[in-house]
Amino acid sequence: MGSKTPLYDAHVKAGAKMVDFHGWDMPLNYGSQIEEHHAVRRDCGVFDVSHMTIVDVDGPQAQAFLRYLLANDVAKLKTEGKAQYTSMLNENGGVIDDLIVYHFSDTSYRMVVNSATRDRDLAWIEKNAADFDVTTNERDDMGMLALQGPNAAEKIQQVISADQYAEIDGMKPFVGKQVGDFFIATTGYTGEKGYEIVVPADQLESLWDQLLKAKVAPCGLGARDTLRLEAGMNLYGQDMDEKITPLEANMGWSVAFEPADRDFIGRKALETLKQQGHHKLVGLVMEAKGVLRHGQKVTIEGGEGIITSGTFSPTLGFSVAMARVPATVGDTAEVEMRKKQVPVKVVKPGFVRNGQSVL
Amino acid sequence: MSNIPADLKYASTHEWVRDEGDGTFTIGITEHAQDLLGDMVFVELPDVGDKVETGDDIAVAESVKAASDIYAPISGEVVAVNEELEDSPETVNNDPFGDGWLFKIKAEDSSELQNLLDADAYEATLDED
Repeated sequence: MGSKTPLYDAHVKAGAKMVDFHGWDMPLNYGSQIEEHHAVRRDCGVFDVSHMTIVDVDGPQAQAFLRYLLANDVAKLKTEGKAQYTSMLNENGGVIDDLIVYHFSDTSYRMVVNSATRDRDLAWIEKNAADFDVTTNERDDMGMLALQGPNAAEKIQQVISADQYAEIDGMKPFVGKQVGDFFIATTGYTGEKGYEIVVPADQLESLWDQLLKAKVAPCGLGARDTLRLEAGMNLYGQDMDEKITPLEANMGWSVAFEPADRDFIGRKALETLKQQGHHKLVGLVMEAKGVLRHGQKVTIEGGEGIITSGTFSPTLGFSVAMARVPATVGDTAEVEMRKKQVPVKVVKPGFVRNGQSVL
Repeated sequence: MSNIPADLKYASTHEWVRDEGDGTFTIGITEHAQDLLGDMVFVELPDVGDKVETGDDIAVAESVKAASDIYAPISGEVVAVNEELEDSPETVNNDPFGDGWLFKIKAEDSSELQNLLDADAYEATLDED
C-alpha cells in the first residue's frame, strides 16, 4: 500500500479510480477525466495535491541560502507573499526538481516541491543548508488543494468568510497570503485562474466537502496531466530530470544569470552549455486523427528528437505534445507513429490559456 | 467486478462477440477493457468489405491513456462498422456492450466461435490479472 493523503476516504467516496503515483495512492479520475478537464476550463475543479511537499526555510541566511540553492533569484522577490517558479540544479545543471518558492521576508520562505522527488529533494536541501544559518522544516502537518477554473473566485467565496475573501480579493497572479488557518495562493498547474490552498491536515476533508457541496468538480491526475500539458507546463520526470538542464526544458526564463556575481549550483555548467548550444523543448500539434505520445521519435530540420509529453487535447479536439529537439527547427516536423511518419506543426510549447486556444 | 453479459462470447484480448443469428456477429470491447483504457478519443475502424482473419489487428481504440489494437475474434468479411463512433467515441465508454459496438463480421466458419471464451471463462482470465 502506498502513502495516503488525508482525503483518501473522501476520494473513494466520490467514486475515484485510485492509482499509484510515486508511492502515493492518488485519484486518477472520478469517472471521466475529459469531463473533469472541461470542468476546469469552463467552470471550476478541485484537485487534492496533498502529496506535494512543503518546506519552510527560515533564518538570518534564508535569502543567501536560496540564492545559492535555486536557479532563479529570490532577491527579485520584494513583496510579502510573492511567488516565483524556479528549480534546484545539480553541479551539471541537471534539474533535481522544479518548484515554487514564496517570499514572506528575507528571512522566511516557503517552497513547494514535487512528491516524486521528495526524499532526494529533502536530502539535497539538508546537505546544502548545512553551510548556512537556516532551519528547514517539512510541513507534513499540512495538506493542499488546488481550486482551478474561471469560476474559482466565485466558488472560494462559498467556503471562506466574507472577511477572509476580502483579504485575497483582487490578489495578483503568483502571490500567496496567510488567511486565518489557510495559506491561499494564486498559483496553479492548469493555465486557468485559481488558487492553491495550504490547509492544516485535520481541516482538509471539511474544506473538500464544502467545495464539492458548492458544485466544484473533483478532478484527478488524468485531468491534471492534460490541463498542464495544454498550458505548456512541464512534468518532472517526463519533460525534464537530473540529466536535463532548464535550458533544454523551456525553463531558461526561470534561470537568473544576472546579477553575474551570484553563485548558484549549476551556474557554471549552464554557462558552458549556453555557449556550446543545446537542444530545446518545442510544442507539436497534430490535427489529423491519432494521439502523440511520450517517447515517439521526432524528425525535425536540425535532426532527431523525442516527444517528452503527448496527449489528446480535450479543449482543442486534437493532439498536442512537447518534444525535445535540436535547436534548428522549421515550421513542421515528422513523428513516427505506429511505424508511419506523420507530419505535425511545430509551435511554442503552450497551447491553451484561460479556456482559449493560443495556437 | 465489471459487467460480463452471459449471452456473449469473449476473446482473451477483451473483445466481445454477439451472434446475431443470421451468420453475422457484432463485435465490441468489454466493459473491463474500456475501463482499463479510460476516456476514448478516437476509434479507427476497418472498412466495410475488408476480409479479415482471426487474430488480425483490424481496429484501434485510442484513449487518453493509450492506443490499443483490436483483433478480429473470427475470420470473415466486415459487413458493417459503427460510424456513430466517429463523432462520439465516448459511447464505447458509456455503453460498451450496446451502442458502443465497433463492427460486424459475416463469419466464414461459425464453428470458430467455439474457440472463444464464455462469460465465466473470460471472467477467470480477468482474475488472473
